[in-house]
Amino acid sequence: MTLQGELLLDGRPVRAEAMALTAPISFWGGVNPKTGEIADVRHPEHGRSISGRALLIPATIGSSSAAAVLLELVHAGLAPSAIVLHEPDAILLLGLIVARELGYATPIAVRVDARHFKTLDGQSVAISAEDRIATITV
Amino acid sequence: MVNLTADERAIAGGARGEGAAMAMRIVAETARLMGADRLLPIESAHIDGALYHGDSGTLFAERLVAGGARVSVRATLNVGAIDLTGCSRNRLPPHEHEMATRMMHAYRQLGCEPTWTCAPYQAGHRPRFGSHVAWGESNAVAFCNSVLGARTNRYGDFLDIACAIAGRAPDYGLHRTENRFATIVFEVSSLDRSFLASDIAWPVLGNLYGRMAGNAVGVVAGVSSSPGEDALKGFGAAAASSGAVGLFHIAGVTPEAADVHTALNNVPPVERIVVTADMVIDSQRRLSTAERADRIDAVAIGSPHLSIDEFDRLERLLAGRHVAVPIYACTGRHTLSQLGSRRSLLERCGVVVVADTCVVVTPILPATPGAILMTNSGKFAHYAPSNTAYSVLYASLADCVESAVAGKPSFGGRA
Repeated sequence: MTLQGELLLDGRPVRAEAMALTAPISFWGGVNPKTGEIADVRHPEHGRSISGRALLIPATIGSSSAAAVLLELVHAGLAPSAIVLHEPDAILLLGLIVARELGYATPIAVRVDARHFKTLDGQSVAISAEDRIATITV
Repeated sequence: MVNLTADERAIAGGARGEGAAMAMRIVAETARLMGADRLLPIESAHIDGALYHGDSGTLFAERLVAGGARVSVRATLNVGAIDLTGCSRNRLPPHEHEMATRMMHAYRQLGCEPTWTCAPYQAGHRPRFGSHVAWGESNAVAFCNSVLGARTNRYGDFLDIACAIAGRAPDYGLHRTENRFATIVFEVSSLDRSFLASDIAWPVLGNLYGRMAGNAVGVVAGVSSSPGEDALKGFGAAAASSGAVGLFHIAGVTPEAADVHTALNNVPPVERIVVTADMVIDSQRRLSTAERADRIDAVAIGSPHLSIDEFDRLERLLAGRHVAVPIYACTGRHTLSQLGSRRSLLERCGVVVVADTCVVVTPILPATPGAILMTNSGKFAHYAPSNTAYSVLYASLADCVESAVAGKPSFGGRA
């Protein structure tokens, strides 16, 4: 199966296990920057690691420090391999924009409709992009 | 496609140094990402980026300093990880302590004001109605948009300082009039009046509102008069924790909502939420995570930072009694200076005043396995479990004070 979406921020093409979050998340207070695990005890995926995953995020909530946590995850080598958003989110993606300014290798960020997330969850997916068009292949 | 002016292009190309260039590139890239076609001049900024989350944030700030960057508009600072006033101590390990201190220093060097508060709007930073600003920190954003009527998006770490240096923000979202109208009505008129007058009403309603509104703009209907600035502060903070709330209206209270129809721009709402007593009880229950309510280890108040009026209430409720478990009272320097010598009286009663920072952003609470924190803050209730490992009991300020004195949970003080 192949899906197309919009490239938000360029990064290396990847193959990774897709992990769909089933509830909105605040990265600050929601993800532990030292371990890459979901730390919000009220979140359905509490305790699971997002490191190295193609992380499918239906929506973001809460703190405006999400970018700082994502930058720290990139800096520590604990970031997701790819970030797939239902909607572009300046607060979260800033972490990647700044990581790039600081010369770190950043995960690719793409936009795909959240209705596909359930099908992708748990699958090994390849994500790449050309001319602002992102392609996700299962 | 973002159209930069000749001046903006020159800055991005390094005409004002590499620090300003990096800031302008970050603002322009965000504009592209969010579909803005131009940048707007801004009048002020509130910077949430000086809180230490890891070394990378410090390195970013120091890169800006090394590149000769300075803020070009008034920029106040949100909390840092360290109480520079010395009122409280934290348990940060030496490396983290050093990097957090370096970070706070770097933001000062960029020309930001050392306000170190999440309630800058109570520390003299109140942008004028309708002005464009770039504010960070979720509660500060909600208050700035909703209560002051200045226009900001939810600026995250890094973008806030980048906008302050560039003096520009991307023209999208809540900067634009068409995106400031409510699409949801949040009707509270069926709730008991005595509940609405209680001090837990607005944080509890904020938690519910945030979960239901997500990132939509809503208007609260059915409030007869302003609940006061501290209540609005508590509502916005809770709503911006449980949802992505950047702007809310309260009909007849907030400046862009003379009435419900005005807030809706005379368009029928997408959704009308009629808040029931059961919904309120459920929200209040969700704010607590402790499985048992037979002990507490600490009480924390002051998220957002306590105003002088809130300290007045704390003093009245405490009435000079000594507490059996500490009350951590988080505030800013602006309130500390108003509090003056009253601070030491509170400290003698066992209150730990925390300034410049707070107990959910830096390790101030003792590391006690299985510990329980009582709070009256919807925001502390939301973040304490993940950030402090304390589980939470949510209660009114009166119950927080009585419980601290008793050394165990006591519910039933008048709210």
